[in-house]
Amino acid sequence: MREVYFDHAATTPLLPKVVEAMLPYLKEHWGNPLSLHRFGDRPREAMEKARAQVADLIGAQPREIYFTASGSEANNMAIKGAALMNQKKGKHIVVSAIEHHSVLNSAKTLEKLGFEVTVVPVDEHGLVNPDDTAAAIREDTTLVSVMHANNEIGTIEPIVEIAQAVKERGERHRPYIHTDAVAAAGILPVDVKELEVDLLSLAGNQFYGPQGAGALFIRKGVRVMPLIDGGIQEGGRRAGTENVAAIVGLGAAAELAKAEREDWARHLIPLRDRLIERLTTEIDHVYLTGHPTLRLPGHVSICVEFIEGESMLLFLNMQGVAVSSGSTCTSRALKASHVLTAIGMPAALAQGSLVFTIGKDNTMEDVDYVMDVLPPIVQRLRQMSPLYKGG
Amino acid sequence: MAVYSEKVMEHFMNPRNVGEIPDADGVGTVGNPVCGDMMSFYIKVNNGRLSDVKFKTFGCGAAIAVSSMVSEMAQGMSLEEAKQLNRKMVADELDGLPPNKMHCSNLGTEALRKAIEDYETRQAKSSV
Repeated sequence: MREVYFDHAATTPLLPKVVEAMLPYLKEHWGNPLSLHRFGDRPREAMEKARAQVADLIGAQPREIYFTASGSEANNMAIKGAALMNQKKGKHIVVSAIEHHSVLNSAKTLEKLGFEVTVVPVDEHGLVNPDDTAAAIREDTTLVSVMHANNEIGTIEPIVEIAQAVKERGERHRPYIHTDAVAAAGILPVDVKELEVDLLSLAGNQFYGPQGAGALFIRKGVRVMPLIDGGIQEGGRRAGTENVAAIVGLGAAAELAKAEREDWARHLIPLRDRLIERLTTEIDHVYLTGHPTLRLPGHVSICVEFIEGESMLLFLNMQGVAVSSGSTCTSRALKASHVLTAIGMPAALAQGSLVFTIGKDNTMEDVDYVMDVLPPIVQRLRQMSPLYKGG
Repeated sequence: MAVYSEKVMEHFMNPRNVGEIPDADGVGTVGNPVCGDMMSFYIKVNNGRLSDVKFKTFGCGAAIAVSSMVSEMAQGMSLEEAKQLNRKMVADELDGLPPNKMHCSNLGTEALRKAIEDYETRQAKSSV
């Protein structure tokens, strides 16, 4: 049976060169990078090399890169760390309605600690308006967070314009600007000098690097409270013995992504556009979510009317096709997708969410295969649905 | 998919009794697509027993499997027996459901109960 992995937003396969780079740090050079003796030398060098590789990917300085265990951790560190460290200046933060749970739930925790949070709405494509963002800023705002690209609907946000608008708004002091670039780094061009952000999160498992390796860019001079206290790792900002192998993998992936990113995009865009075209023309009552053009190169997200996402996922899985869904039933927390709600998708339609995230190794044959197996699945489920009145 | 039992998957892939009964003696609908689960049950009653049970479901794997299992268990039952069906009985017959899907089994038995109540209401009206 043909297997088609169209769930790269969940995680990506490792590049062979990434695995190769990591192995020595699992086999021979397993020392603690902080050790003063010889067993720490190679791990420490490798880690600092990785730091430089990640910095290079996003146009930052190596000393501005702090390794974390995940993108979610980087987001927590940015949101909570910046807000808590700067609370004497104010206790108000601004986030967009479609942020990842690690950002939104960090904000919720801050609310419980006495902070106020303003949520900026998005339009029907999921775009955040720079002026709306700036308008939400008050005297006591210390942080603004808007994601670079959304993992669920693929929309790419105008971060440059948003950062501009925020800077023009802040008079006596301007809030820090954070962007969750987990879905964007290594895929889109991401340059912190161009974006003019103070904080940026990324994760290795989104661009063919290992799981367990994320990073937070903290611009020089920006104050962030550590979340993990302890020893002096990561400049005292994030304690804990570093996962050297994963960090080395992250660095290798970053260097490869910098070189290959444009080629990957060139390969992905025709596949993405063809899948979108076929889905919306060959199956009736199917709606594309997210922005039609300002979207990630491999991202296809739709809502299929009259049926539910998890049941589609199960049938697709039986046919070897791996995708994701934003339906309530697919969420372990049994909550409807806040992203689909934010873009105004009617709740019933949101249940029919399917998210296909294509990767560099997928081919047009994979797209064709999905279009062979999905329409009969949709028909079958629609025949069972009390909502579908059709033949 | 390790999350669901083999029995659940079997009922999901080969659901029994899918369809509508145009001249049903009772119809019961529960849930709504906003929540992600909706089931409609259609029944025919003969001499106080369910002579036919059909359903339509909008929902996840568990919802479809539960509807199928409820319809299968209920065939031929007396109305009283059918009203006694509860979610534990259905979940047990399916060799268990993941904890966050137990509510689906409740929905299934509720839809059947509503169809029976609809039948009884219609009976009461026609005898007036």
